[in-house]
Amino acid sequence: MTDLGATTPASLPAPRRDWAALLLCPVLMAAALPLVGSASSWVTLTAAGLAMGMMIFLMASGLTLVFGLMDVINFGHGVFISIGAYAMLLVLGPLAGWAEADSLPLNLALLAVCIVVAMAVTAALGLVFERVIIRPVYRSHLKQILVTMGGMIVAEQAIHVVWGASPVAIRLPEAFRGAIVIGDAAVERYRVVAVAIGLVVFAGMSLVLNRTRLGLLIRAGVENPEMVEALGYRIRRLFVGVFVAGSALAGLGGVMWGFYRQTLTAGMGMEVMVLVFIVIIIGGLGSVGGCFVGSLLVALVANYVGFLAPKLALVSNILVMALVLAWRPQGLFPVARR
Amino acid sequence: MSEPILRLEGVETRIGPYHILHGVSFDVPAGELTLLLGRNGAGKTTTLRTIMGLWRASAGRVLFDGRDITALPTPDIARAGLAYVPESMAVFSDLTVRENMVLAARSGPLDSARLDWIFGLFPALRRFWQSRAGVLSGGQKQMLAIARGLAEPRRLLLVDEPTKGLAPAMVRNMVEAFRQVKAAGETILLVEQNFHAASALGDDVAVMDNGTVVHSGPMRALAADAALQQSLLGLSLDQHQ
Repeated sequence: MTDLGATTPASLPAPRRDWAALLLCPVLMAAALPLVGSASSWVTLTAAGLAMGMMIFLMASGLTLVFGLMDVINFGHGVFISIGAYAMLLVLGPLAGWAEADSLPLNLALLAVCIVVAMAVTAALGLVFERVIIRPVYRSHLKQILVTMGGMIVAEQAIHVVWGASPVAIRLPEAFRGAIVIGDAAVERYRVVAVAIGLVVFAGMSLVLNRTRLGLLIRAGVENPEMVEALGYRIRRLFVGVFVAGSALAGLGGVMWGFYRQTLTAGMGMEVMVLVFIVIIIGGLGSVGGCFVGSLLVALVANYVGFLAPKLALVSNILVMALVLAWRPQGLFPVARR
Repeated sequence: MSEPILRLEGVETRIGPYHILHGVSFDVPAGELTLLLGRNGAGKTTTLRTIMGLWRASAGRVLFDGRDITALPTPDIARAGLAYVPESMAVFSDLTVRENMVLAARSGPLDSARLDWIFGLFPALRRFWQSRAGVLSGGQKQMLAIARGLAEPRRLLLVDEPTKGLAPAMVRNMVEAFRQVKAAGETILLVEQNFHAASALGDDVAVMDNGTVVHSGPMRALAADAALQQSLLGLSLDQHQ
């Protein structure tokens, strides 16, 4: 990474922000308050929605980069989520004492180790997946869909072979169990952790994408990889790096999702892929900021609708996507395409 | 004429079933501005893209400073010292003008003296420095695309139809900018349809037709010979606005 300390002429206008899209979630939250009626219920629903949104963002952010930069439709992304979750077992067994200790620092350390191990495992798997499965089918969407689904099926069976076919129950670390009560509202502790980690990851990704040469290259590569090459940068290496990073982020999402469910199954990643595809389409393919806003939007709407009109809950995600695409057919934050 | 920095020897290019270039040969002398002229579909853009390795030559050689770069990957060709400004401009619309320039300066931070020189050529870029390139007008995007090619010293600048679609006033500005770039000692291979603008700039010229070079020599000689212009380009300088 290189600092972008370039000469900047003074007194120049700053880039404009897209406030309409940025304010969607705050406006939705404000609009939901009178509809929900009770402040405590609203706090609980909103906190749950934000936490769910952050977990979806963690699982989807890597895919949107891979889709945007490499033009690769990776239906196998879900398996990195599952493997990230299962990789926790490598840690939870040996460090079971840390999970049961009534110590926030130890529990946080355990979560950090789980995340590091899961990201390392999924990054390594991503490297192999890109080399063996993705690379031969660049530029062919149909083959990508077929071959990545095939890769996913193989990887899911491999999970059965390594960890068994039965669901695996895990327990949250002691300090993350239970809820924080604020007045009449209860917010689960683990959701606060999920929100914090989601924000840290989003801030880190935003920093890399907007403040470093690597980030500029990724954003430029999403738009016009040929011109990036003509400027002298090796886009193929960037592809591999982004695929590996995207796989590692899916692994991180798998850890958070696994702890949230407290039951691991080989298909748990694939089960959320519909949601993941919805948020990256809503956000605009290749846009990390769009993925973030789209994740929060989908999760908040699902929670509010589930409370206000339970019968509509099943279709709320599709409705949100249809409305957003009617408003902005390229997604909330469209990335200019070649 | 000085030593050629770029030499094409019998370059042939095929794109799918189409045979576009049929043995293109010409030289680009160092420190001069060489024009590549020709009618639409003559193969000018394909020639530039083949030099950059964006399309592969199926036969022949591209020599840059005596080194065969025909089979090199595009990034390696760029790193050898070639800068490319495509016909489509290909500015990164989602990035600001500044970010576009930062990426073009591959070896490190932008040099402030060089940046001042570029702002002197294209003052609009200073005004829109922090704006997204996507909001610029066509002419401003073209300025940015050329400025990107000039962000760092390069040994050869390939520019594809920089005046295409621009208003006459903008074309005059562009011609003046190229005059200054040339005066700064840059070597340029310029594809141009606007013969009037081209004749004011070029030291040498290669004229293409149907995928091959049908004439090469000093621009001065072509500019003075209306009959030759008519036979090669289907027009004369006097007729062209």
